[in-house]
Amino acid sequence: MVLQVLKAHVEAIFAQASREYPDEACGVILGPAGLDRGEVLTPMVNSAHSPTFYEFESKELLALYRSVDDHDQEIVVIYHSHTETSAYPSRTDIAYASEPGAHYVLVSNRAEIAPKTEFRSFRIVDGVVTEENVEILDSF
Amino acid sequence: MTNLERTEVRIPTILRPYTKGEKVVGASGTTVSEIISSLESDFPGLADRLLEKGELRRFINIYINDEDVRFMGSLEAPVKNGDSITILPAVAGGQM
Repeated sequence: MVLQVLKAHVEAIFAQASREYPDEACGVILGPAGLDRGEVLTPMVNSAHSPTFYEFESKELLALYRSVDDHDQEIVVIYHSHTETSAYPSRTDIAYASEPGAHYVLVSNRAEIAPKTEFRSFRIVDGVVTEENVEILDSF
Repeated sequence: MTNLERTEVRIPTILRPYTKGEKVVGASGTTVSEIISSLESDFPGLADRLLEKGELRRFINIYINDEDVRFMGSLEAPVKNGDSITILPAVAGGQM
């Protein structure tokens, strides 16, 4: 498996992660149903406002799913930042992962690796984590 | 108040194995609690994914129309004819 993602989206996710640091930043990339191609970057509010936890705000979550349904889209990527640890799913991430069809992207902007960053993608299905390759493209 | 009509309930992907893949199902009840009991009788095992020790699970969101039931009485929130219910697992996690 491979996740194809736009360079502009990767840059925007890191910019969001920096803005919201030290809190975790989160969001989704949406795409047309069935294509597995994330075209629309949609940052979400982390209602936990926490450096160790994220949760999509409840009303925004409902609006997101309604919009996805109405526009015949799918959630291609669910992303969040780890601000102190590596870009690998934590036990919490695995416990709450509830979209078996989504690519779970973890980014790390922890200080100890700056100015480097990490951007990794995983499938999380029934508690099993499988890393996949990431291809960063200028356009689809 | 009686609620003889079936209420439309939208089921998230992760719970559709319980509903034979159905995205929208019907249920009866005048409160969220009764709706969940109705779902359980049609789709055994579903209630356990929504409830823990008799309370709504922390990382399950249930909405009546546009409102999160946590702000309207949780399991006792009233369901009226014509209301539509949506179940969504929270999208959550974190590095802890």
